Amino acid sequence: MSLRITAIGPGATIQDGGRHGLLRFGVTPAGPMDWVAQRSANLALGNEAEAAVVEIPAGGFTVSCEDRPVTLAFAGGDFSWKREGERLPAAARITLQPGVVLTAKAGTWGSFAYLAVRGGIDVPKVMGSRSTHMRSNLGGMNGRMLAAGDLLVPARLVGPPSDEAAIEAPWLAKHFEPARELTLIRAIAGPQDDYFGPEALAIFFGEPFVLTPAADRMAYKFTGPRIAHARDFNIVTDGVAFGAVQIAGDAQPIVQMADRAPTGGYAKIAHVARADIGRLAQLRPGESCRFTRVGADEARAALLALEDQIKGTGSFLPPLKRIPTTESLLAANLIGGVTDGSAPDDRA
Amino acid sequence: MSLAARFLPAGESALSVEFGATIDPVSEARVLALDAALAAHPIPGVLETVPTYRALMVHFDPRVWRGEALAQKIDKIDVTHLPAPTSKTWHIPACYEPPYSEDLAEAAGILGLAPDKVADLHAGAEYRVVMYGFAPGFVFLSGLPLALALSRRQTPRAPAPPGALTIAGGQALIASVAMPTGWYMLGRTPARTFDLARDPIFPLGIGDVVRFERIDAARFATLEAEAQAGRPVMRATP
Repeated sequence: MSLRITAIGPGATIQDGGRHGLLRFGVTPAGPMDWVAQRSANLALGNEAEAAVVEIPAGGFTVSCEDRPVTLAFAGGDFSWKREGERLPAAARITLQPGVVLTAKAGTWGSFAYLAVRGGIDVPKVMGSRSTHMRSNLGGMNGRMLAAGDLLVPARLVGPPSDEAAIEAPWLAKHFEPARELTLIRAIAGPQDDYFGPEALAIFFGEPFVLTPAADRMAYKFTGPRIAHARDFNIVTDGVAFGAVQIAGDAQPIVQMADRAPTGGYAKIAHVARADIGRLAQLRPGESCRFTRVGADEARAALLALEDQIKGTGSFLPPLKRIPTTESLLAANLIGGVTDGSAPDDRA
Repeated sequence: MSLAARFLPAGESALSVEFGATIDPVSEARVLALDAALAAHPIPGVLETVPTYRALMVHFDPRVWRGEALAQKIDKIDVTHLPAPTSKTWHIPACYEPPYSEDLAEAAGILGLAPDKVADLHAGAEYRVVMYGFAPGFVFLSGLPLALALSRRQTPRAPAPPGALTIAGGQALIASVAMPTGWYMLGRTPARTFDLARDPIFPLGIGDVVRFERIDAARFATLEAEAQAGRPVMRATP
């Protein structure tokens, strides 16, 4: 009852909710880049929301089911998922039969997809977490990215297979301003917004910024109009939370992501609202976003509302409709052999 | 009664409690006092705290707290009437001889001091653990003698090994994993500040005192073998 990875792009890792409580010892929490998609996939299986999953970057992957059926779910960006020749939605719960192959490739949008298996993925906990932090070689599959040949084994065996379902949760849809193709990202000013003048703040909270190729699990670097410091860009090193927006010496924003160092020495103009961090993580290099200013209370209300919505994932699981493809039509042998062109009734 | 701190939002789930803008003993003492107070009397919904030189970051559960309400609660904490902190003093072996003194001559040249004088000053000072950063077990110390203050390198040097004792920007640190660094490596300790196989994994607590004990290269080799075998090579006194 396990999945064998037969092909995989770079940077795929095992992530649970993250390694918390050890920031004071310099330990990076890691955890998913898009917690919204990770939790949705887990909850569609009845898993704990933060059970360990595979985080799959744009390089995609192929797994095959080993000896016994595996019930699994996936969600994230609009990846192209296929079971053998059968096209699947970008978010679904299915049961993979032994010998059957499942593939995921980056599709129309998004940088990460999450694969959850029922019972969660079993790797040893390190300092309380299964999350991989590659830079310090901790957690996941021996602290490293996943590779072809790796075996994904459920941590617990749970019940009979569930019905196959699509996950049609509105919070998994791409949100952007269609006219300008901008993703809107809410952000809270501070703690060092007083290192910037009103003009610089107006530029940050107003102008579009483009994600550069310097985007990985540690940080996303954006490019756009200069955000000039009113004083020194260096500060005395202090704590860095998920979503901290640092403005370094080049006057451009860097958003600190899941694999950030726990402390840093650049002035932080703002923090991305936790409700929107997954949406930011799903941007691809070359795509744009605009940071809209909200207060901490508004960001908090948005986060709590989103968390509550996600808890209801079970209400957004309509039965899986088979999407026919050429391969599946051929496989189903609907047009087998030679016909004489007469109506089926005539052949009885 | 108030902490005389700035409570700054770091998103909807964290606060930066800032006691000053510079590295100074007053801010440092206040950070450590508030950190100790929150450890002694935990506030439900406060998930973890991250001490740095002049600020304490407080991560909290936004389901339990609004940032402003938590700030008001923390501001009422009386840090002047705490039990004396239970800090330990760590005696950590340190070798300032080749091949472990990789940048000692270079740093001495910049400081205009003899290499042995630099080693004496570094080994003779009393330090305090102020924070961890960079990576698991990277210990930042305060207490570096002023005579050893020098700027960071313009560009990072090749990775310094675990146990590297480095200085820059008026600060001192003990490295735990190999990492490229803009700092100068004066010597090396065989002691591990981070060991997954040991309980505790991170023995040096925030606020603990650190003293280095000079050892020669032969003694380093002996202690390194001990450390690799999982035996303790540093000791603590109350």
